[in-house]
Amino acid sequence: MAMRVKTPDRADATLQLTSMIDVVFLLLIFFVMTFRIASQEGDFSVKMPLQNAGGQPLEPDADLPIKLRLKADASGSLSDILVNDNQSFGKDFVKLRAFIMQMTPGGANGPGNSDGPEVELDLDYHLRYEFIIGAITSVTGHRQGDEVIRLVNRIKFAPPRK
Amino acid sequence: MRLGKHDTKMVEGDMTAMIDMVFQLIAFFMVLINFSQDDQNEKISLPESELAKPADGPLESPIVIHLDKDARVYMGANEATVDSVKVLLGTEVAVLKSNQKSAADGNIIIRAHRNAAGGKVQDLIAKCQEMGFEKFALRVKEEEHQ
Repeated sequence: MAMRVKTPDRADATLQLTSMIDVVFLLLIFFVMTFRIASQEGDFSVKMPLQNAGGQPLEPDADLPIKLRLKADASGSLSDILVNDNQSFGKDFVKLRAFIMQMTPGGANGPGNSDGPEVELDLDYHLRYEFIIGAITSVTGHRQGDEVIRLVNRIKFAPPRK
Repeated sequence: MRLGKHDTKMVEGDMTAMIDMVFQLIAFFMVLINFSQDDQNEKISLPESELAKPADGPLESPIVIHLDKDARVYMGANEATVDSVKVLLGTEVAVLKSNQKSAADGNIIIRAHRNAAGGKVQDLIAKCQEMGFEKFALRVKEEEHQ
């Protein structure tokens, strides 16, 4: 007995993409609306040992740190940079960096595997934070192309001046 | 007069190329999206530094503290002053202890506004020290080159 097999209708075989495209476009709109271009961020490590009641560290370092005094004017802007209370650099972070390079074993190439000198930041209370970061940037290192040459790895703050 | 019948079959364009492109866009945004809001705060404009480079690896037990230019402190969804921040830090210390760690193991990441008073940052560090924290990281953003 001959049997006739019904051939499927080829026109019905197309996928219904409409709902998927709707969802995909909703996803796309969500991602576009929530997308934020964030600039690259980095950290400066600060060594802050525990202090006793007199403000002195419990374990004082054997080597005396380079004392960096940052003075502010009435508006909180930087007015003067003093190193070890006797050498003034005005507001010039470039000169400060050159001085730190002289103090660093290895000079402009950095101290290598050692930590280099320690720097203690002593600042006026109302000095704006951006100037502190400017000073830390100057003493911490410098860029050679894409490479960062470290000069000082140990930074700490003196007790706040109120 | 008899009008000729139009073919009513639906005309469909080829969607393949468009779908390919849209999926690639979605993949791009999915890779770049950052759901973490802990280290972002729109009130904070970080100072810039030419040495800003992301750390080689994630810090151990990071605790992010935001300090705005009016000396308000933000930790997650909580807000405090520099003087009252120890309450919030106490919660973080408790979390560290529950993970068999101490405050000395935590890394305090300070995201301070560029115009905040430097003395306030020092006060904040001092409050953290009183709670037993020893390791601090001052967060900065990459300097924009001309």
